[in-house]
Amino acid sequence: MFDDPQNVKRLLKIFFSSVIFLLILDIVYIFLSNAHVIHRHVNYKWEEFWGFYAFFGFVACVILVLVSKYVLRPLVKRKEDYYDN
Amino acid sequence: MTTNILPAFIFIIGGLLIPFFKGRAKTVYMLLIPVAGFINLLYIPFGDHFLVGFGEFKLVLLHIDRLSLLFGYIFHIISFITIIYILNFKNDVEYVAGFIYAGAALGAIYAGDLFSFFVFWEMLTIGSVMLIWARKTKAAQSAGFRYLMVHAFGGLVLFAGIVMHFTQTGSLEMLKITLTDASSYLIFFGIGINCAWPILHPWLTDAYPEATIGGTVFLSAFTTKTAVYALARLFPGTEALIWIGVGMAAFPIFYAVIENDLRRVLAYSLINQVGFMVVGIGIGTELAINGACAHAFNDILFKGLLFMSMGAVIYRTGKIKATDLGGLYKSMPWTTLFCCVGAASISAFPLFSGFVSKSMVMEAAAEGSHLVGQGSYVIVWLVLLFASAGVFHHAGIKIPFFAFFGHDSGLRVKEAPKNMLIAMGIAAFLCIFIGVYPKPLYSILPFQVDYHPYSIFHVLSQTELLFFSALAFTLLLLAGIYPSEIRALNVDSDWIYRKLGKTLYNTFDKVLNPLNTFCESIVMAVASSTARFFKDAGAKISLFVAVNFWLLAGYRDKRLEIKKQRLYNDILQGTLPAGIGAAVAITFVVLVYVLT
Repeated sequence: MFDDPQNVKRLLKIFFSSVIFLLILDIVYIFLSNAHVIHRHVNYKWEEFWGFYAFFGFVACVILVLVSKYVLRPLVKRKEDYYDN
Repeated sequence: MTTNILPAFIFIIGGLLIPFFKGRAKTVYMLLIPVAGFINLLYIPFGDHFLVGFGEFKLVLLHIDRLSLLFGYIFHIISFITIIYILNFKNDVEYVAGFIYAGAALGAIYAGDLFSFFVFWEMLTIGSVMLIWARKTKAAQSAGFRYLMVHAFGGLVLFAGIVMHFTQTGSLEMLKITLTDASSYLIFFGIGINCAWPILHPWLTDAYPEATIGGTVFLSAFTTKTAVYALARLFPGTEALIWIGVGMAAFPIFYAVIENDLRRVLAYSLINQVGFMVVGIGIGTELAINGACAHAFNDILFKGLLFMSMGAVIYRTGKIKATDLGGLYKSMPWTTLFCCVGAASISAFPLFSGFVSKSMVMEAAAEGSHLVGQGSYVIVWLVLLFASAGVFHHAGIKIPFFAFFGHDSGLRVKEAPKNMLIAMGIAAFLCIFIGVYPKPLYSILPFQVDYHPYSIFHVLSQTELLFFSALAFTLLLLAGIYPSEIRALNVDSDWIYRKLGKTLYNTFDKVLNPLNTFCESIVMAVASSTARFFKDAGAKISLFVAVNFWLLAGYRDKRLEIKKQRLYNDILQGTLPAGIGAAVAITFVVLVYVLT
């Protein structure tokens, strides 16, 4: 199924379009809640910003990966038999 | 009144009888134990049962309230599922250890007093270490030994706390304790060790991945969750727990990203999930405690499911390192599917179980942050949101991706055995069922619930968070920045006792032992020369005095030598004429008299 690069490409396309779709949905949602069609319950002001959760999720994961790779790994990486001898 | 049976005894005694059954009867018997236990549980009324007088202590072996009942239900459910999962192993040690372990956990959560709680708490350690040793590899042996040491220490800390608490208050009741004096802190930290608090945590990531395939599933359910229960019972609303929980939720995800052993990745994410529960208990409002308990309930199921799917991978391929795996979806499609359900649940996708419980804790943190003096809860909320994105990243994507997709490792194996698939299927079903229809779960939480997870905003925001985390993963992977899995070991705080401890031991061995030998030789030299000196000191002093007299008297050469020899021998052998001895003594007395 995923051996065919065409399929992987197709999957990626679906994924990228759904990501964009979500951002569009967020605009619709903000529009509707501002028009008081839907009630919106938020705890913080910044939750109302367009794409706050999207931005947070993306940045959080990029930071997570970069810190793990460039800070944590050099600090803690040892050979697999480090404790054996 | 007590026609009921103690839930712990059903498991422990039932478990000990397993070796007497053979073949099919054994399978049926083992499955009946948790079923019988569950039915028994349904008929026990609320309140205290099995009151035992033990000297001056009043022990309550069975205390049933909503909190203990919730944990009891899920412990029975996961035992049932895990038993199905390990049916094909035909290993009595594992069966018996599993039941004793589960029974001990049940005993601990139903204990109505601190003493019986402690007894079952210690039993947990015994059951769990057997599950680690049952793997029978060298790594498992030493990891099990370290596990035992840490928990024996934790048990001692807890016991010291309980003893002090009893002498101060005269009570063993399991009531709320405030952190004021040494006894409360000892109990707090004793539980904290089992709860895998940061720095105290490495027993978990060290030992769990070394246990047997089924053992890890058992382990993931009981020890930490019993500790969560104990914190909810004894320390609800203790503010320190909020920050401890925040640490637990945050730091393991960094390790999980670079870890190669996939069961160890899950062990780190286990700490991360328990972090959410600990934060909830620390906040201590009804919503927060409910969230912590609901999340414990769900975590037992989805974490068990994830460990089961990884166990199936080990069972079929014999490998668990991300570097050795990949492309298994072709050979193990069902396992892949169940693993993805577990991954979606832990990541809190809408319609999966994590979605309906994790958000309760976050909501409680957000509500708390608006209260006076609790503004710092905003940080708690932000870190938990960060951890939510992170957990999807490592447990939600990394685990299925590296095991079942990713680069094709070329491994072609059979699908997992039927019993394993059934066990995973039940767990997966429950994860989705709770996610879609959370009402039954909410109805058994400690407090009345008025919480609705399925608001449009919650669904949309959570989906955004997860999809953009996935986007980050995808882009980083395509750009080649994502850290490639490498065969390596990542040191954690167990370094303190595994390396530093060893180094210290060796240093002491190299420095102190020669020092010791050196000091010993000095002492020996001084002592023996003193002894040699005093052996004939009297004779030598007398000779020194006498020789001067003899020289004055004109004795020379040979005669002098003879006289010297004779005096020396006489003094050593005590054969001096009595008169001389008396004269010396008198002279000495006179001298003393004159000089003083």
